[in-house]
Parts: sequence; C-alpha cells; structure tokens
Amino acid sequence: MVIVEKNVIIKTRNVDFFYGSFRALTDVTMDFEQNRVTALIGPSGCGKSTLLRVLNRMNDLIDGTRVEGEILFEGKNIYAPDVDPVEIRRRIGMVFQKPNPFPKSIFNNITYAPKLSGIKSKRDLETLVEGSLKQAVLWDEVKDILDHSAMTLSGGQQQRLCIARALAMKPDILLMDEPTSALDPISTAKIEELIDELKKQYTIIIVTHNMQQAARVSEHTGFFYIGKLIEFNTTEKIFTNPDVKQTEEYITGRFG
Amino acid sequence: MEEKRHTSREYERELQEIKNGLLYLGAMTERAIDRGVKALLERDSDLARQVICDDDQIDKIDVEIEEKCIRLLALRQPAARDLRFITTAIKINGHLERIGDMASNIAEKAIILNEVPQIKPYIDLPRMADIARSMIKESLDALVHENVELAKKVREEDDTIDQLNEQIFRELLTFMLEDPRKIHASLYIMQISKSLERISDHAAGIADMVVYMVTGKSVRHKSSCESKE
Repeated sequence: MVIVEKNVIIKTRNVDFFYGSFRALTDVTMDFEQNRVTALIGPSGCGKSTLLRVLNRMNDLIDGTRVEGEILFEGKNIYAPDVDPVEIRRRIGMVFQKPNPFPKSIFNNITYAPKLSGIKSKRDLETLVEGSLKQAVLWDEVKDILDHSAMTLSGGQQQRLCIARALAMKPDILLMDEPTSALDPISTAKIEELIDELKKQYTIIIVTHNMQQAARVSEHTGFFYIGKLIEFNTTEKIFTNPDVKQTEEYITGRFG
Repeated sequence: MEEKRHTSREYERELQEIKNGLLYLGAMTERAIDRGVKALLERDSDLARQVICDDDQIDKIDVEIEEKCIRLLALRQPAARDLRFITTAIKINGHLERIGDMASNIAEKAIILNEVPQIKPYIDLPRMADIARSMIKESLDALVHENVELAKKVREEDDTIDQLNEQIFRELLTFMLEDPRKIHASLYIMQISKSLERISDHAAGIADMVVYMVTGKSVRHKSSCESKE
C-alpha cells in the first residue's frame, strides 16, 4: 500500500466514525497530497461519502455522530475543541451530488457566502464573481445574464456554478461528492476537464461511483469496503494491477 | 485459483468466448505445423496445398477474436485483470496468426522441395516441429491456468529450437560447400528451419504475455548487450 509522502495537506489517522452505535468507518489512515486529485471509490454504504464529510466536519450537523482518531489539516486536528468548524468548511469546500444553487441570481449565488464573511465592496464582489466563474469555466456562458436566476441554468451549468460558489470562498481543498452523477456525458466531461484545471490551485478529493471517472481524473485512488480502506494506491496501479484482490474484484465488476 | 464470477454474466461469457477462441486458434496452428511438416516428410504436395488453403480459416478467426476484444474494450471498459487479459489476448491472437503464416510458408517450401530429389533424411526438422507445437500448447495451457512457471518453461524451450536451427544451418552449409547442386534444396530447407524457429519465438512471445497477464510485469525484452556476452 502506498502512503503518499510529499506535500500532504490533510491526513487522517486511525479514524473511526459512528452514526449512533453504527460504525461507518474503521481505522482509516490516509494522506491526501496537495494539488492532486484523490478519488474515493467503493460500493454503496462503504463509507466513502462519510469520510468525505468527516474531512470538513459536515457530519457535525447530524445528531448522534462521533469521530475517533485524528484528521490533521496542515498538521492540526480539525476536531480539536478550539477549532471553528465554519472556518474549516471555508477552507475545505464541498460540492454535492445534485447541483444545489440558491434560488437567487447567478451573481448572488457566488457572493452570498463572501458577503456573510464580511466582503462589502461592490467592486471586490464583482471581481470575485468574475474570477470564480472563470475558474469554473462558466463565465463565458453566463457573463451577460448574471442577474438571471441560477435555476434557469442547465444541470451542468448549475453544477459549475456550485463549484464557482465553493471557489469564491478561496478554499484550499475541494471535496466533491459524486459531482457528475446527475449530469449528462458532455457536462460530465466539462466538469472533469475543470477538475484537471482546478488541481493546479486546489487539492481535490472526489467520491465517485463512476470508476472510469476515478481512472480519468485522479492521481490516487482509495478503495473502501464496509467502512475500511482496503487499498490506497496510485490510480494507475489500482486500475491496471491492484495489490489487493478485493480491489480487483470490485473494479472488474466481480462483486456482491 | 478460484475466481469470483462477474456480476454481469454476459461479460463473463464474452471473456470466456475470447479465451476459447484463442485455444481453438492455437489448435488450428498446431495442426497446420503438423501437416506442413508431414507434407514435407511424406512428400505429399496435395496436403501442403491444403495447409496453405486452411490458413484462410486461421486468418478469419484472427479477425473475429480481434473484433471481440475491441468490442469488449469499447463496451465494457475492462480494468485490472480483465484489461490485462484482453490486451494479452490481442497480442496472443497476433502471435497465433503469424504462426499460421509460418506453417503456410513451410507448406509452400515443401511443395518446392517435393519437386526435387531429397538431399538428406529429415531428422531435426520434425524434432523442431514437435517442440514448437508443444510450446504453443504449453503457452496456451499457461494462459488457461494462469501458470507463470509453465510460461517460463516455454521460454527456455525456445533455446533448444535456436540450437537446432543453428545446427541445421551448419549442416546444410557443409552440404552446399561439398556439392553446389544441393544449394537449391538446402536454401529451402533452411527457410523451413527458420520458419520453425520463428514459430517458437512466437510461442515464447505468447508465454511472455501470459507472465504479464498474471503478474502485471513485462518480461518480453532481454537486453541485447547482455545476451551477447
């Protein structure tokens, strides 16, 4: 099993996670390298989305959940008592499975959170909107309709808007939970191309059910099964010659 | 090693179909070599013509297997062991098709040799043919059973064939020096020997691909500098 060593931005150490008495993750230790895409794969219920949500304390919002072990973001445990979860979520952004824009204008979708965090200048907000939309490769398509409702955009555009919205908070890490599972192949290809572009500036951790997607976009892949990290390796190794038999069975479709 | 079955039975069946196709093709090439050499030993030119004609069938199956492999690559996006199997199958298929061509070449040369008096008893050629055939069989057995040891053994047998080929070369060289009238036949016998030598190279190539398929490591190339020491 390959443990990534250079430029690790966030790592988990012996993480267990519980929904009440149900143990969803067992002893997960992983290193996520900076400016790289790491894919988490595995069958439904294997814990990959749970891990993603553990990484920016999204599970805090669910009653009765409990984390054991450490998640070290730039060396500091994000579950330490003095850590502000809001700050963690600002620096570790998230994009969800279904595009979920706010029922507001495109412009206001991007500026909503930055305004809350204190940016007031109209000029700054405009720069931020343009920058974020350009990064999400949506600018050219929406620059003339920024005051239109985000709900008028296509699914693929909405998802890129959600990515732009996450980028507006200038995060270090972008967590993506099946970001293309609700999109058509062309929109999917656009998002994948975007991921390739975004990793120059951000660290991306993506959960996907589409194994070819994991193969296409990521440098490292972790395979999960029943809450355990079965194999964590370079994506190329995982898809050509995995070390663990269970991984091979899963990615070749011999499972269940 | 007991393998879990695919969730998709159709996919499982398609993979098996490719494997069966390779075994069938392998059996056809063995038969072609056997009959090509028999046509020489028994001076049976009709049999030789039949071998040449049968190569069309080998070519046809070659194309069929290749199409099946490409279809699976496009439709199933195979990964890991399945990916290695299919890429291996494409290469093995190519090796077998070339073996078929070599057998056909042997038959062509046999027809020419059958027209002239035999210059010497054929002893080493049938030995080479037997070894080459068993190499094909063993390399495909290694494929079916994912047996790396057997595959490596095939690679070793290739050396024996190379030695026999050189021995025939030297022997024929003496014949030609002694009697220029034997040059014509000698050259054709040499070509048959060379064809058998190349068949064994292809069989060794199949074996090397089996090693890759099972282990994921390529063993196809030895350094040319080292082997000359």
